[in-house]
Amino acid sequence: MRGAVSALAAVLGRLGLWGRGVVVAVPYLWLMLFFLVPFLIVFGISFSESVIAQPPYAPLVEWLTDEDAGTTKLQLLLNLTNYLRLTGDDLYILAYLNSVKIALVTTLLCLFIGYPMAYAIAKAPPARRGPLMMLVILPFWTSFLIRIYAWIGILKGNGVVSNLLEWAGITSGPVEILYSDWAVYIGMSYCYLPFMVLPLYSTLEKMDPTLLEAAADLGCRPFKAFLTVTLPLSIPGIVAGSLLVFIPSVGEFVTPELLGGPDTLMIGRVLWNEFFANRDWPVASAVAIALLLVLVVPIMIFQYVQAREAEER
Amino acid sequence: MAGQPIRKPTRLEPWQDAGQTPYVRIEKVTKTFGDFVAVDEVSLSIYRNEFFALLGGSGSGKTTLLRMLAGFEQPTEGRIFIDGVDMAGIPPYERPVNMMFQSYALFPHMSVEQNVAFGLKQDNVPKAEIRDRVEEMLGMVQLSAFGKRRPHQLSGGQRQRVALARSLVKRPKLLLLDEPLGALDKKLREKTQFELVNIQEKLGVTFIVVTHDQEEAMTMSSRIAVMNHGVIAQVGTPTEIYEYPHNRFVAEFIGSINMFEGRVVEATADHVLVASEEAGCELHISHATPAPAGSPVAVAIRPEKIALSKEPPPSGADGTPARNATKGIVREIAYLGDVSIYLVQLPTGKTVRVTAPNVTRRTEMPITWEDEVYLSWRPFAGVVLAQ
Repeated sequence: MRGAVSALAAVLGRLGLWGRGVVVAVPYLWLMLFFLVPFLIVFGISFSESVIAQPPYAPLVEWLTDEDAGTTKLQLLLNLTNYLRLTGDDLYILAYLNSVKIALVTTLLCLFIGYPMAYAIAKAPPARRGPLMMLVILPFWTSFLIRIYAWIGILKGNGVVSNLLEWAGITSGPVEILYSDWAVYIGMSYCYLPFMVLPLYSTLEKMDPTLLEAAADLGCRPFKAFLTVTLPLSIPGIVAGSLLVFIPSVGEFVTPELLGGPDTLMIGRVLWNEFFANRDWPVASAVAIALLLVLVVPIMIFQYVQAREAEER
Repeated sequence: MAGQPIRKPTRLEPWQDAGQTPYVRIEKVTKTFGDFVAVDEVSLSIYRNEFFALLGGSGSGKTTLLRMLAGFEQPTEGRIFIDGVDMAGIPPYERPVNMMFQSYALFPHMSVEQNVAFGLKQDNVPKAEIRDRVEEMLGMVQLSAFGKRRPHQLSGGQRQRVALARSLVKRPKLLLLDEPLGALDKKLREKTQFELVNIQEKLGVTFIVVTHDQEEAMTMSSRIAVMNHGVIAQVGTPTEIYEYPHNRFVAEFIGSINMFEGRVVEATADHVLVASEEAGCELHISHATPAPAGSPVAVAIRPEKIALSKEPPPSGADGTPARNATKGIVREIAYLGDVSIYLVQLPTGKTVRVTAPNVTRRTEMPITWEDEVYLSWRPFAGVVLAQ
């Protein structure tokens, strides 16, 4: 056994893959196997044709042997209909736009709620910051689904919010917030808020407080100092937090499915329908690939900002 | 004290002039943080155009005092007046004061120019004037070529000069400097000390500088307040502080000093005689002391005021042992180039520190280890410090 290990080490060592190499290679192999390969499979399926078979799509590559003509062909059939359907059918375009809209609103809500939170925690006495951050992360200890179901109870007609509004005399009857875009916004910004608070807090916390003293000393009032010093210096945190909220929000499925109305059209739900209801794997794959393209742009912004921040250190 | 610049002989000494009103008046200011008393009933008057140093170790309250002048801390008790105006409740952004921070606190997201222009923008100075004044300031600190750079692209010395330019661009009447040279290396620090003094004289700004470095304080300032545990131990010119320390703390904090414990034998208007077993001789000091005869005192003598010799000094005319003279054995010699430090052990066990300039070449030096030497000093050398 030992001999085998050292022999393997020798082979890998010759390939320059021992020690540090292995540490890096293992996670990469894992990602290759369980992320890149499945992605390529999905990419492939998105170019095939739907058939009633097992699996429910036509193979991309086929051997065609024509006995009469005496020819043998290796045929690669790229079916572009799936993508054309995405651009041609309003349903998909609307779903994409609506997903981006819901994700944007969620991101902005998280930013407006999360920034003051992160700011207050970063300005709290050091001994209190830990417990406060703990409270932000605490909801993660409960299942995501349970928390969404809890929101159903809160938002439904005759639910907590509705009863409260009625009791306060603001509304005369029960209010149904559930099954609307608003319910989705509330649920999603609730779920993703910690992803906004964490990077914002870490940026704000490491900001040198003497910079604000310097601004005040030079005649700058506190609010203006916030706008000219704190805000620009927290941009990396804003960008990181916004992308951490925006990216998963675009493809979100569970929250709109449970809290959204029948007309809350989101790409995650369309994908689900294509895959499970219509069993149209090729179109579902094309939807997934297009979603990825929508997300590549913000990811690139994220990378750019991070690289610039690293450079300035 | 190497490198003390010769200040102009016509230097202002407004604190001597009873008709002058102080520019900054600190009246019985106390600042407590919880149970900790950072500044304890401090009163100070600082005059226009002074280069005033607050000198002390860490925790002496010097920085807290400076921060109260800037408005970052409010005094728990007492009042601060700047130019006759009570500063109570006036926020930092409305005070006629600028500060240079120890960490420089340059805005990392702004260029050098934008950093310097920041203060002027707050006052809505016209754009063209901002440009001119920023240019002028950067010229003064010799950074004209670096205006477009970001702080992280500058060296420590350059950042220090940007911070100085930024704090001076608003032409404050009073500039507060918190350890302005703390982050610079020794050579650069010495050079910058002179630059700061020149800028201060040229612009006619009152400087209050906080430092823990006594050499820095002595080199630059017109007056020094030595602080210890939140109180002011002594205020005076560098010479006064060094030559006439008022108490043991100041004597020991500034430079090195020899302390001889003793008892007053004779106290008159022009001299004091102190019997000191520790010194092994009677000490004759040519100034008066309030300590009455018989009271225990310490006599402080600076190492450079003691003469070393292999010959015994002449004894008194009537055959009594010489005053201000004792003998011992050289235990250590530290050669520093310009001077050497000798540690001489007296028969009483007391070790005396003596510094002597190396007038001759080291190889020809007459005094070496384990030599028996005579120590002597003039009557003006000693300072009597009461308990």
